[in-house]
Amino acid sequence: MATPVTRSTTSVSPYVVCAAAWAVPGAGHFWLGRSQKGFALLGILTVMFALGLWIEGRLFPFEFTDPLVGLAALANVGIGLPYVAAKLLGAGVGRAVAATYEYGNTFVIVAGLLNMLAVLDAFDIAQGRK
Amino acid sequence: MTSHVGLLLVFAALVSGAFAVLSRDDVREQGLFALRLFGAFVGAAYVLGWLLYPLPL
Repeated sequence: MATPVTRSTTSVSPYVVCAAAWAVPGAGHFWLGRSQKGFALLGILTVMFALGLWIEGRLFPFEFTDPLVGLAALANVGIGLPYVAAKLLGAGVGRAVAATYEYGNTFVIVAGLLNMLAVLDAFDIAQGRK
Repeated sequence: MTSHVGLLLVFAALVSGAFAVLSRDDVREQGLFALRLFGAFVGAAYVLGWLLYPLPL
């Protein structure tokens, strides 16, 4: 039988919670007292992003002349500070001839998109909807 | 770490885990949902793989 979860709101603006949730995967859930979800999201999304870079995925440039490249860049940014750290460390160059290049791109893009989903979830919790 | 199936399994496990965490509150329910989702991902990949096997005709 499922344990009922107490609905909670926070005195902090939901938008601030969203900013934290974007910057560090799981931070929004930590902030709102959902530590288990926060730990899980931090682990899963960070591992997914790092794995994507490790198997030679690329962090796409913001070039909207090719819409798919531009959209992929937006998805990449969705992971928050790990994206900034990767850029600063010079990771995410991508090697198109690598066998795992496309897989790496998929891992990195999906990690960003899942973090955006986590941000929306944190927003709902902060609003008292969940 | 270049096996298609290996990467498929890792990807399915990570995405299943994230979806389960976001959509269920109870830890046990999260685990069960993640397992079901993982099975569905892997099963769908194999079914689609075999359906596409004869292509291009």
